[in-house]
Amino acid sequence: MTYLAKSPWIFHYDASSCNGCDIEILACLTPMYDVERFGIINTGNPKHADIFVVTGSINEANREVIQNLYNQMPDPKVVVAVGICACSGGVFRECYNVAGGIDKLIPVDVYVPGCAARPESIIDGIVTALGVLEEKRSKNIHSKVVTDHERPERHNHAQGGAQ
Amino acid sequence: MIDIIMAIVFVLVAPVIGGLVAGIDRKVTAHMQGRVGPSVFQPFWDVGKLFEKENAVVNETQIFYAICYVLFMAFTGALFFSGGDLLLVIFALTLSQVFLVLGAFAANSPYSYVGAERELLQIMAYEPMVILTAVGMFVATRSFNVADIATTTIPVVLLIPGIFLGFLYTLTIKLRKSPFDISTSHHAHQEIVKGVTTEFSGPSLGLIEITHWYETVLLLGFLYLFFGWNPLLAVVAVIVLYLLEILIDNTNARMRWQFAVKSAWLVALVAGFINLAALYFLSGGVS
Repeated sequence: MTYLAKSPWIFHYDASSCNGCDIEILACLTPMYDVERFGIINTGNPKHADIFVVTGSINEANREVIQNLYNQMPDPKVVVAVGICACSGGVFRECYNVAGGIDKLIPVDVYVPGCAARPESIIDGIVTALGVLEEKRSKNIHSKVVTDHERPERHNHAQGGAQ
Repeated sequence: MIDIIMAIVFVLVAPVIGGLVAGIDRKVTAHMQGRVGPSVFQPFWDVGKLFEKENAVVNETQIFYAICYVLFMAFTGALFFSGGDLLLVIFALTLSQVFLVLGAFAANSPYSYVGAERELLQIMAYEPMVILTAVGMFVATRSFNVADIATTTIPVVLLIPGIFLGFLYTLTIKLRKSPFDISTSHHAHQEIVKGVTTEFSGPSLGLIEITHWYETVLLLGFLYLFFGWNPLLAVVAVIVLYLLEILIDNTNARMRWQFAVKSAWLVALVAGFINLAALYFLSGGVS
């Protein structure tokens, strides 16, 4: 007996996305696709969410935010990286300020590539995530707390960044 | 004996009815917005899901307050449906709401605080009108007992139309519908990051959902009392009025809390007091 698959509440965070993927995610909520008919709600509160949807890649400004949001979500939880920037960094992967895809920071369960990812592929990604979510629940997997404490650069940033 | 049975029936059946009402609400809302919408059983699945999640709270006492919230709401409803004293029902209802506010204040979070303060303002906005409703019922039927009011032969709504309209106004606040969904909302899932429920997650959030179902049934019961002399008419009126609330919810933008408090008090003062005064003078004073 599981209700997780029938009521996945997503939580969307725009890392350093160009807004292309964000608009496609919001398109999923419109009458055209209407994901609420599957019980999917865009919550905006990590404590109410089951699926963490991230668009865009990691940079210095958002790495702590992503970790904080991920740590605040109650188990079981899954992460969906939407768009090629979230998957690998995309065309920005070699920029001086981009650390790469979301998986450099938090464990990603489903990758939805595309620039921008189509609403159909985003919905497909969420549905795939439901399988992972159910597996995590049945195996009672507890996600680890993600921190930056071991990171050597952390000390430099505390002193004001570039050195 | 019958009152104890009614109380037990309420505690067991009200969540089912309340959940279905919430599901129908979501379906009708979706149709009004040109969407298909979720199944009418979606609220049950949501709550089932919440009970499968981890109970991550900032402060353990939050769980205690959430449990008190649901217990006192069930107690209020049981008191009402067993035909108890209307004034006691209203005070127990307020006590239950206060536990929700305490639960939100128990977590040291700005969003939770904003939600709790807004919830307090909402209580302040609707409370005068709710008490006036009880007074109006007494003046019309000469009884505070729900059992007497529900089985009266007096057409209550025709005697206190002003109080009825005022109660409808506060019902929008109580049901957390636009334009008065200021402490937490069913639709705007991102605004003030869900207000008073911000710091609740998993099972404790599920309890708050169930409490809301209890409350919905209780409020529909209040509406029934206005039409108690004709049960068939009463049921039809309750359904029509709830659909009206959904329509109001979908056609109004959210107002500021200042407007909610001022307008609710103004309605209570004008519609409620004029109605009471007229009734008092026409009946030649309370005998």
